[in-house]
Amino acid sequence: MNLRDPLRDELAQHTIDDKPYWFRLDRRNFLKLFGGGLLVCLTDVPTWAQESGRTFGSHELPKDIAAWLSIAADGRVTVFTGKVEVGQNIRTSLAQQVAEELRVPFDSITMLMGDTDLTPWDMGTFGSRTTPTMGPQLRTMAAAARQMLVEMAARRWNADPATLTAADAKVTGSQTGQSLTYGELTRGEKLMKTVSTNVALTPATDWKIAGTAVPKVNGRDFVTGKHQFPSDIVRPDMMFGKVLRPEGFNATLISLDTTKAEKMPGVTVVHDGNFIAVAAANLSTAEHALSALHATWNVPTQPSNKDLFASFKQSSKTQPEDGGPEHVSGSVPQAMATAAIQLHRQYTVQYIAHAPLEPRAAVAEWANGKLTVWTGTQRPFGVRDELMAAFHIPVEQVRVIQPDMGSGYGGKHTGEAAIEAARLAKATGKPVKIVWTREEEFTWAYFRPAGLIEIGSGANRDGTLVAWEHHNYNSGPAAIATPYSVANQLSQFHPANSPLRQGSYRALAATANNFARESHMDEMAHAVEMDPLEFRMKNLIDPRLRAVFQAAADKFNWGQSKSTPQRGFGIAGGNDKGGYVATCVEIEINPADKKIGIRHVVQAWESGAIVNPDGLRNQVAGAIVQGIGGAMFESIQFANGRILNPHFAQYRVPRFSDAPQIEIVLIDRKDLPSAGAGESGIIGLAPAVGNAIFAATGIRLRNMPMASLDIAPKETASMFQSDHGTTQESLAYESA
Amino acid sequence: MSDFVLKVNGAHLHVSAPAEESLLSVLRDRLNLTGTKYGCGEGQCAACTVLLDGEPARSCLTPVSAAAKANITTVEGLEQDAKLSPVQQAFVDEGAFQCGYCTSGMVLCATALLRETPHPTQEQIVTYMDGNLCRCGTYPRIVAAVQRASQSPAKAGGQ
Repeated sequence: MNLRDPLRDELAQHTIDDKPYWFRLDRRNFLKLFGGGLLVCLTDVPTWAQESGRTFGSHELPKDIAAWLSIAADGRVTVFTGKVEVGQNIRTSLAQQVAEELRVPFDSITMLMGDTDLTPWDMGTFGSRTTPTMGPQLRTMAAAARQMLVEMAARRWNADPATLTAADAKVTGSQTGQSLTYGELTRGEKLMKTVSTNVALTPATDWKIAGTAVPKVNGRDFVTGKHQFPSDIVRPDMMFGKVLRPEGFNATLISLDTTKAEKMPGVTVVHDGNFIAVAAANLSTAEHALSALHATWNVPTQPSNKDLFASFKQSSKTQPEDGGPEHVSGSVPQAMATAAIQLHRQYTVQYIAHAPLEPRAAVAEWANGKLTVWTGTQRPFGVRDELMAAFHIPVEQVRVIQPDMGSGYGGKHTGEAAIEAARLAKATGKPVKIVWTREEEFTWAYFRPAGLIEIGSGANRDGTLVAWEHHNYNSGPAAIATPYSVANQLSQFHPANSPLRQGSYRALAATANNFARESHMDEMAHAVEMDPLEFRMKNLIDPRLRAVFQAAADKFNWGQSKSTPQRGFGIAGGNDKGGYVATCVEIEINPADKKIGIRHVVQAWESGAIVNPDGLRNQVAGAIVQGIGGAMFESIQFANGRILNPHFAQYRVPRFSDAPQIEIVLIDRKDLPSAGAGESGIIGLAPAVGNAIFAATGIRLRNMPMASLDIAPKETASMFQSDHGTTQESLAYESA
Repeated sequence: MSDFVLKVNGAHLHVSAPAEESLLSVLRDRLNLTGTKYGCGEGQCAACTVLLDGEPARSCLTPVSAAAKANITTVEGLEQDAKLSPVQQAFVDEGAFQCGYCTSGMVLCATALLRETPHPTQEQIVTYMDGNLCRCGTYPRIVAAVQRASQSPAKAGGQ
């Protein structure tokens, strides 16, 4: 009785509904600005509704080749996609797949990405969807284009297409030996052909360019500083903007005095609706003008980390969207009642920040009524919609361009900086750049949801799991269903009221759900006195998950050494979004000060046919390192509508000295479709570390972050310890 | 506003800016040298690292007036005759980046390290570069890139 649409559920996790700004743009001003007749009525349709039924609502993907790729007379191939490069290396991996199907050299391809005027509509770059959806889309178009080129040559030569071959960017007659390059065939003309979906694609076993370790396509531009990130964009006569932030969340403005700032030469002050900002010819002046604004605010009393988890449980009872139990089979209460061993445990995860090294940034420019914005976002078309709504302008008057950005990790789905820059650019009549400060990014972006997870399980003495119940409050439904075979099971996600703005994060709630589940599996393994790997395998049928567990265990020599009070070994695994992961971890505990260090991680990974093994290793290893932060020490601290640790000096992220020895084992399943690999590599580390800590110390840590935080500055450390929702014994952490 | 002549990557550049304005802002916003990155403005991430007379400095915390007499090297100044420096080349060869936003600061910091310690141990690399943040978590590859550069036959230093 699964009444919920999993795609809808997942997309709901990516949607950040609240609109940051409303502008007091009256109709008369509009008509003056845009000449009238152009007002469009925007309906606020949630993203998931547009996606439901997989029809993309009004956004039907173009079926003609020309929308996706073009071949110039000189043979250069340009590929158009609304997906964006944020460090996950799809600029390279998608080009490899096109080169493969089109039969052209890799370096003849240029990827034109994330430009709303030039690329087909795209929902956004998230959910590990690029490889499983955009990959086949572009491969289909490239294969169809190759077929079309063969047919064009056949017509020129009056030959049977079956006697012609396409290779190395040309079509050759097998009998005649005559050949024409693709450029000679197209002469730069558009490839006008409607493509059906059933075009034969080259199987992975025959790949020559896809499947290989092609280096990052524009790597050189990153080591020379030539690459222009969104925050690097410069336009002629550009001004710099700063936004006045309220003193806290949900604050209301009591008074505003702009007199001093308005008297500063060259400064424009804008106060429109709930938007207060300044612009000036250079950043220093804009900063001075910002500090010259005098505002008083009323900040309401608001919750803090304290009692957060109890509040989730309480507020979940009144949520209209609670869809009821999912993944139900058998009867959990009956099975639990007769199980020899029963466990009931609570787990928690705190809010954490994405903290992309490049904060939100945008440059906006109005020319002849058309708005162009360069900005860092995972959803250029979503930002375009936000701009249309904010400024009440039709689609043809907005263009969003997303230069490859300083990453996002799920944290850049929204267009705040774009709207801010555009509003200032409208007021000044000049291009305006906005780059958020680190403190703004830590405060006014959104967070990975905190959550409370309760798991109940029952097992027979022989280690057979008979009952499993998993409840997630607030953090999300991703990977909530157990991959283990349990006859009687129930999972349920309970939406709750979040005191902080929350949204997507790499792997969504799969990290939290997997931490709880794999910690619990370890607890049950110890309860039934079985080796943790053996216990998992006993209850696991899924051959792909079994294979990564076995691969990681083999590489790690799992079971060869026994944990000691100074050295612990832990294992955990899981799957989500088509990626299968198993992680073995060795931790060390300093006997003198009891500090934990993560020394060695072996992670096995499988996500179907590998498109680029080098890029894949980079993603999987990076996910492990990033995962150390959330596992051990990252936690947003807040009270009364304010973030208490909005700086890198207070919010610790993984550093060089935190990176353990990492070994990645890749399983290449050329017989399976390629899945995305940017996210789920993060879900194995935290439970594996927790399980290793238990193996060494007998202390079970059920709250992320797991370390007691004497690594944080003293003033925040005390808050961390007192604000855990459930009690947790304290263990310090030290770098590798 | 004060007038400065900055020696950047061997060139003398004239610029007017308040004396207390950060070198980072002067480089990026007044001289359009955007290879040097803003990450935090608080000296906590090292994305803004430049070399002042060969020594790594956080340009976000360096007032332009304090850099006026120094030889300033930014990431744009490492390439010589269209040839990457050994550190730059090693980063490319090891694929030691994902989004690449930290790369400028990493490359300059590594350049300074190898000038000081031509053959660092892994521990020395980690200690020296521990203030440089990479949110994509490519630290192991960056360590490998620095080790590779240290074995490069070409001279590793920048200036």
